[in-house]
Amino acid sequence: MKASAFAYARATSVVNALELLAVYGDKAKVLSGGQSLMPAMNLRLISPEFIVDIGELAELRGIFVKGDVITVRALTRHVDVLRSPEIATHAPLLRDATSHVAHPAIRNRGTLGGSLAHADPASELPACMVALGATVIVCGPQGERRVPAQEFFTGIYETALSPQELLVAVELPVARKDSAHFFHEFARRHGDYAMVGLAAQSTIVGGQFTDLRLGFFAVGDRPLLAGAAGKLVNVAVTPEVLAKASVILGEELDPQEDQQATPAMRRHLAQVLLQRCVSTLLSRPDLQGLPAR
Amino acid sequence: MTRTPENRDAFSVLDRPNSYIGKTVPRPNLDRLMQGRGQYVSDIELPRMAHVVFLRSPYAHAKITGIDAAAAKRMPGVIAVVTGQEIAPVITPWVGVLSHLKGLKSAPQSAIAVDRVCWQGEAVAAIIATSRAAAEDAAEHISVAYEELDAVTDMQTALDPTTSVIHPALGDNLAFERNHDAGTVDAAFAASDEVVEAEFIFGRHTGVTLEPRSVVADWNSAEGRLTIYQGTQAPHMVQNIAALHLGLQESQVRVVCKDVGGSFGIKVHIYADEMATYALSKLLRRPVKFVADRVESFNTDIHARDHRCKGKIGVKCDGTITAFEIDDLTGIGPYSMYPRTSAIEANQVVNLVGGPYATKNYRARARVVFQNKNVMCQYRAVGHPIACSVTEGLVDLAAMKIGMDPVEIRRRNLIADDAYPCASPSGLRFEQLSHHAALAKLIKMMDYDALRAEQTTLRARNIHRGIGIASFIEVTNPSAAFYGVGGAKISSQDGVAVRLDAQGAVVCQTSITEQGQGSESLTAQIVGSVLGVSMDRVRVILGDTDNTPYGGGTWASRGAGIGGEAALQATKVLRKNILDVAAAILQSSSGELDIVNNNVVNVSDSAPRIELSELARIVYFRPDTLPPGIQAELMATRHFVPREYPFAFTNGVQASWLEVDTDTGFVKLLKHWVVEDCGTIINPQLVDEQIRGGVVQGLGAALFEKCIYDERGQLTNANLADYLVPMSGEMPDIDVGHVVSPTLESELGAKGAGEAGTAGAAAAVTNAVNDALSPFGTIITEIPLTPQIILTALGRI
Repeated sequence: MKASAFAYARATSVVNALELLAVYGDKAKVLSGGQSLMPAMNLRLISPEFIVDIGELAELRGIFVKGDVITVRALTRHVDVLRSPEIATHAPLLRDATSHVAHPAIRNRGTLGGSLAHADPASELPACMVALGATVIVCGPQGERRVPAQEFFTGIYETALSPQELLVAVELPVARKDSAHFFHEFARRHGDYAMVGLAAQSTIVGGQFTDLRLGFFAVGDRPLLAGAAGKLVNVAVTPEVLAKASVILGEELDPQEDQQATPAMRRHLAQVLLQRCVSTLLSRPDLQGLPAR
Repeated sequence: MTRTPENRDAFSVLDRPNSYIGKTVPRPNLDRLMQGRGQYVSDIELPRMAHVVFLRSPYAHAKITGIDAAAAKRMPGVIAVVTGQEIAPVITPWVGVLSHLKGLKSAPQSAIAVDRVCWQGEAVAAIIATSRAAAEDAAEHISVAYEELDAVTDMQTALDPTTSVIHPALGDNLAFERNHDAGTVDAAFAASDEVVEAEFIFGRHTGVTLEPRSVVADWNSAEGRLTIYQGTQAPHMVQNIAALHLGLQESQVRVVCKDVGGSFGIKVHIYADEMATYALSKLLRRPVKFVADRVESFNTDIHARDHRCKGKIGVKCDGTITAFEIDDLTGIGPYSMYPRTSAIEANQVVNLVGGPYATKNYRARARVVFQNKNVMCQYRAVGHPIACSVTEGLVDLAAMKIGMDPVEIRRRNLIADDAYPCASPSGLRFEQLSHHAALAKLIKMMDYDALRAEQTTLRARNIHRGIGIASFIEVTNPSAAFYGVGGAKISSQDGVAVRLDAQGAVVCQTSITEQGQGSESLTAQIVGSVLGVSMDRVRVILGDTDNTPYGGGTWASRGAGIGGEAALQATKVLRKNILDVAAAILQSSSGELDIVNNNVVNVSDSAPRIELSELARIVYFRPDTLPPGIQAELMATRHFVPREYPFAFTNGVQASWLEVDTDTGFVKLLKHWVVEDCGTIINPQLVDEQIRGGVVQGLGAALFEKCIYDERGQLTNANLADYLVPMSGEMPDIDVGHVVSPTLESELGAKGAGEAGTAGAAAAVTNAVNDALSPFGTIITEIPLTPQIILTALGRI
C-alpha cells in the first residue's frame, strides 16, 4: 500500500500553482488536505504523475464576512470551519454539517475546497453548498470564474473544474434572521459516509416556509436540490401536503445501490429525512411518525 | 457464590500480606508502550534486510497457465521474483487436519500457489526488493495468465452433486461432519407443549488487528539458524512448524515475539505468506520482512463465523426446556487452516449449544464445507457466539411462545449452582459454575423490573426499546484435549523460570505471550505476591524461544490460568530456596521466616532480618561465608498443565438495552451488562477491560462487521471504509460484575476471561432487538443486524 512514484512541486502562490497546472494539466493532481487523495494514491486507485501541493498558500486560507456574503477560502480546514464564530453566526448549517465530516484527525487536515473539488456524492459539504446557494470561485489561465454550486457538481467525483483550474473560495449568503436550518445524515457509524443525508436551509414566516432548499446527498451522482421543496413553500403544511411532497421526492431521486443500502432503502430514508426535517423546522411533532410514503 | 478452595498451604497467594492478587495495579509495560518504545515487528530493521510483497490472485478459483516476471525482475531495487514452483524445493506443503476430529480432510497447501489458486488473495508470486514501494512497483509488471475455474462460493450448495469439487482428490467439498445424539430427543419433542424452530444466520467476519500480521525472517547460514521475529500468540508452535517444513531441527529455529498489536486468534495460525517469508530468507540468505497491508489483511487473515444453523427447542407450559436440536453448516474456504484446523469452530458449536441448561436431550449435526473464499479459522471465542446466539435465541423464542418472561425461563432451566460437578448434554464436564448467582447479580445491576416498566411507558410513545439476556459458558484453560491429542505439536503446558538476581531483583521468564491483554502484568503480580517482593523488582521476559521455558503461549483464555499457575509454583520454590538460605545465614529455621516487602522477616513479630539484596550479595559473592555444604539455588522453574478437567469452563450472563428506530432500522445501543465468573481475579481492571473489549468485538458482529463476497468469490469490502469495525461512538457503557468460583485444579484458582465478552454479546443484542420489535410480530435471526435487514423485516422497504 505504497503510492507509485510521482513528481512533486510545492506551489509558492496561486499564480505559480496555475502555471504548474497549465503545464501538467490532467496528469497533475492538486494536493490540499490530502484526506481523499493520499489514500487513493496509496491504494493505487490513482497514480498521478505530478502533485501540485497548495498546502502552503496562506492566501487561500481564511473566512471573511463582507456585507451579506461570507467568503470561505479553499484551504480552510474543517476544524477551522467548526470553530469559526462567523460560520456559527452566519452559516450555522455549514457548522452542523462539518461536525459530521469523518473524525477529528481528518477534520484537522481536510479542507473545504478539497472536499468540494473531490465531489464525492456521499459527502456533506457539496450538499450544503447547494442548499445554501453558494457560488464557487475558480481561478484558471483565463482568470476568475464564478460558478453557482448547483452547476459546479456534475457527477461522481466530477465538477465544472478543468484540469488547469484551481478552486480558490466559496461565497455563501449570510443567513437571514428568520432563517432556520436542518442537517442530518444516516450513517452506520458516526463519521462514515452517509447512506442518505439532508442539508436544508429555510425561511419561515408565520409557521410557513417562504423559502426551502433541500440539499440531499448520497442519493445520486451529485447533491440534489430537491424539487419537492416547492410543494411545501407558501402553504400550510398538513400531513397530506407532506405526503405529496414525499411522493414527489421519491420520484425525483435516482439513488445508487451499494453495500449499505438498496435504492429502495435510500428512497425510504430520504423520505424519512424529509419528514423529520419539515417537522423539526416547523416545530410540528404531529408531522412525525407518519407513513413515509 | 464464593467457595474457598481447600488444602491451601500457608503460602497461599490469596491471603499473603501486601498481595497484588485481586488489585488493580498499572501494567509494567505501559510507560514503554506509551513512550513509543514498543518493539513491534515493523520496528525491526536488520542489515541487508529485504522486503517481500506478494502478488495475489484476483480470481477466486483459477488455473495458473503462465507467469512472466522478466520485466519485474529488471525493475530498480528488485532482488528476486519467486513463484510457487521455485520456492517448493525450500519448503514442503502442509495439510490442516487433526486425528481426533474424525473424518476431517483437507488438501495440501503450498506457501505460494502452484498451478492453481483457490481464493481471491492467495499469493501467486513473491517480489523481494529493497523497499516495499519498489516491490509494489515491480508487482505491477508481472503478468500472470489465468484460466478461470468455477468458484464454489455458496456453502448451501457446496455439497450439491452439480457443484464442482474444489479438490477432486478429496471426492467432495465436505471437510468435516460431526453428529451427536444424547438423551431421548424425539420423545422429548413429542412430550413438549410447544416446539419452536428457527434458522440463525451469522455473517463472515474477521479480527482486524491494529497491527497487521508481520514477520521478519533471518536465515543465518553460518550458524545454520533461522531467527523469526513475528507477532504470534504461540512462538513454540511457530518454531515447530517452521522447522518441520524447512527441513530443520527445532533447535535451528528461534522465534522472537516482542510486542504484538492485537491478535484475537488471528495470529495463532500458520499462514502461507509467513511460511513463504521464512523460506525466502533461507533461499536468498538474507533477512526478509513481510508486513501485511490492510487490503491483504482482509483477504488473507483468517475469517470466522459464517454459519447457518437451524435450531429447534421443545418447551413445556411450565417453562421446562425439554430438548435442543441443531443442524449447523459452515464454509471454511479452500483449505483447513494449519495446524489447528478449521473444524474446531463447528465442533465447538456442537459442544456448546444448550450448555448452560439442565436438559440432557440434545441432538446436533455440524457440517463444514470447502469454498473458494478466504480461509476461516479460530477467532476470539471460537464457536461460542454461534452456540450462544442459537441457544439463547431459541430460549427466548420458547419463552415468547409460552408467554413467559425471558429471565424466568432461564431461572427455571439453568443448571443449579449446587449441581456440580456435572456434565453438559454434549458430554463436557463442569467443575463449578454459577449461572443462578450470575443471573441474580445481573438482574440487580440492570434493575430489570425498572427497565421493563420504562420499556412499556416508551412503547406508548412509539419508542421501541428492548432487553436481551444471554447466558453462556466459555471454554478456558484447555488441556491437551484441544490439540495435542489430535497430533498437533501445540503445547498445552506452560513453564515459568524465576530467579533472584544479585541486587535482589527478580527475573521471570514465562512461555505465555503478551498481545496487549496484560500477561506481563499478571505474571509480575503473581511473582511479586508469592515471593513477597514489590512488583517494581520483577521483570518479566516473554516471547523468545531461546530465552523462555517451553510452552503454549496465549490463546483460548489460557495465559492467566495455566501460565499464571506455573508462575505461582515456580515462585513458591524460589521462595522456599531463599528462606532456606536465609535460615542458614540467620541461624534460624525457614519455618520461622517469611519474605515481606523485599525483606526476610520473622514470622513471629514481622521484624525485618535481612534485605533480599543483602542475601543475594552473600549468595553470589560471599558463598564462602555460608555454612559448609550449603549450595544456594536462587532460580526455580515449574511447569503446569490442567490434568483433571479437559477445560476449565467459566460462565456468565450478558444483557443489552437498546432502541430500534423503526422508521430507519437503526439500532442504538444504550447499555450493556456482563456478569461473569472467571474464578480468582488477579487484576480486576485487566479482567474488566478484557470483558469490555470482548463485548465490543461481539457487538461488532451483531451490528456491523461482515466480509461481503459476491457470487464470484470476490471480497468487495476489503478496506476500513467499507468493512465496519465497531467504533467508540456507537458503543454503550458496559458494566461488568463478577461471581468468583475458583477452579480447584490449581492453587491460583484462575480461569480465563479473554473471550467471555465476545461469547454472549451478539446473542444479547439480537434478543434485545427482537424484544423491541415484539409489537410488530417479527423475529430476526440474522447478524449483522443492519438497517437494511431490520427495515426489510418490518416491511418498510
